[in-house]
Amino acid sequence: MDIFLQQIINGLVVGSIYALIALGYTMVYGIMQLINFAHGEIVMIGAMVTITCINLLIGAGINLPGPLLLLAGLLMAIPVSMLLGFAIERIAYRPLRRAPRLAPLITAIGVSIVLQQAAMLIWGRNYRPFPAILPTEVHDFFGAAITDLQVAIVVLALLLMGGLFFLIERTKLGRAMRATSQNPEVAGLMGVNINTIISMTFMIGSALGAMAGVMVAANYDQAHAYMGSLIGLKAFTAAVLGGIGNLAGAVVGGILLGLIESMCAGYLSSSYKDVFAFVVLIGVLVFRPSGLLGERVADRA
Amino acid sequence: MSQTLLQVKDLKVAYGGIHAVKGINLEIKQGELVALIGANGAGKTTTLKTLIGMVKPSDGEIMFNGKSTAKLHAYDYVRHGLVLVPEGRGIFSRLTVEENLQMGAYVRDDKAEVAADLERVYGLFPRLKERYKQLAGTLSGGEQQMVAIGRAMMSRPKLLLLDEPSMGLAPIIVQKIFEIIRMIAAEGVTMLLVEQNAKLALQTANRGYVMESGHVTLADSAANLLANEAIQKAYLGE
Ligand SMILES: Nc1ncnc2c1ncn2[C@@H]1O[C@H](COP(=O)(O)OP(=O)(O)O)[C@@H](O)[C@H]1O
Ligand SMILES: [Mg+2]
Repeated sequence: MDIFLQQIINGLVVGSIYALIALGYTMVYGIMQLINFAHGEIVMIGAMVTITCINLLIGAGINLPGPLLLLAGLLMAIPVSMLLGFAIERIAYRPLRRAPRLAPLITAIGVSIVLQQAAMLIWGRNYRPFPAILPTEVHDFFGAAITDLQVAIVVLALLLMGGLFFLIERTKLGRAMRATSQNPEVAGLMGVNINTIISMTFMIGSALGAMAGVMVAANYDQAHAYMGSLIGLKAFTAAVLGGIGNLAGAVVGGILLGLIESMCAGYLSSSYKDVFAFVVLIGVLVFRPSGLLGERVADRA
Repeated sequence: MSQTLLQVKDLKVAYGGIHAVKGINLEIKQGELVALIGANGAGKTTTLKTLIGMVKPSDGEIMFNGKSTAKLHAYDYVRHGLVLVPEGRGIFSRLTVEENLQMGAYVRDDKAEVAADLERVYGLFPRLKERYKQLAGTLSGGEQQMVAIGRAMMSRPKLLLLDEPSMGLAPIIVQKIFEIIRMIAAEGVTMLLVEQNAKLALQTANRGYVMESGHVTLADSAANLLANEAIQKAYLGE
């Protein structure tokens, strides 16, 4: 087996998931300079709702093909996550819009804990297995192993990123989002309702997060109420690595972090692979706080 | 001839305990170009920001087109035809020139007419047409001011508020900007022009107000203000 190629594949799969989640952090940061620590919990809830939904359908004897069951679960989880993202901003962050920066940051951590505890009440403390509905066949790819799921994750993630870039760069809404992130006051003069733009930003980020959550759960065959902290922190690391506030940076940072992690797991030690992510975070914060593609940002964060 | 477009009665504005505007009256008629001059800190910017809803007044009344603006949100003003070219230009520096101009038409749905207006703005500012794909932040100060004015024009304003359009620009560029202001006035756009460069402003305007530490101390035709000795001493450097 070709370890190098195998770890590249694994890294790309995990990295594209990180990238999707990192986009949610970076979009919110770009528009309101807030690190939405509750984003990881949105990812978790996306995974949990999908699993519950699939199990309910299976339990009700609805025998759809696996991918269709998954689609049904997603169609439930995406709106739930979007609504949750919308509500979090509306209830927890909006009243603090003019408060000192520390207040919304602490609130974000609080929201994240509340959501985690709520998820534990709903779904319990135990790991939830991802229903075995997807094909598990392993293909040989130049000596490395690759599954349909892995291919699907990377392809879907790329499509979603492409869609997001189209939205941001080519549509009127995206232009207004960019204008708002650069100068909210003047955007308001042009007739942009900044509250609407912020709500849209949270909902788009949450939709991407929910899909990423399902990818995580499917990729590792499980989900649990605490999964949001670790995956959230890693995606946040990816966003910082790429330059927080910068969309392309989130993608580059996510994929790079995925590759670094899987290389470390393949060649050094797989039990310490989570540690490498945080070594990267600390390294970036110390040596290049603006990230790979970011502008100076150290004073803001 | 023309009807009153803007009527301001006894307007007061305070920032916390600081009274920046202390009860002013203004009236602007359709088609007029009115200058508002005064020293640094007199309250000119605060007045404009209040007219456009960025700052809430503590007292007084603002009537635009016969209706009070008190209940409008900041983002509603442009739909009613009020737009500000802010002090320091306020361009979106990481948007292209054309994207900046399109932001001016954000509230408009009439695509064909927006496209026509874009060409009209490029007609006023051929420099911008040459640079339409460039990031606005990479332009010179004069070009950025053109972007700011062109962007405001894209909303088809009924009343255009300009805050120190000549600030920080070389004299030759200032002349160019004022040429543009005269052209826009000739198209029939009503304007309230705030300027430190009082002489140029009064030479361009029909009428003028003089503001001193939060009060309007003089209101007269531009010609009379230019001839006024006290004004000449205080603001025209003569
Ligand atoms: N955001 C603010 N907070 C507190 N005071 C302000 C603020 N903006 C302006 N001021 C004060 O209000 C007064 C009027 O300022 P301004 O309207 O900017 O004057 P001008 O535009 O004529 O130079 C000044 O004394 C200024 O210091
Ligand atoms: Mg001023």
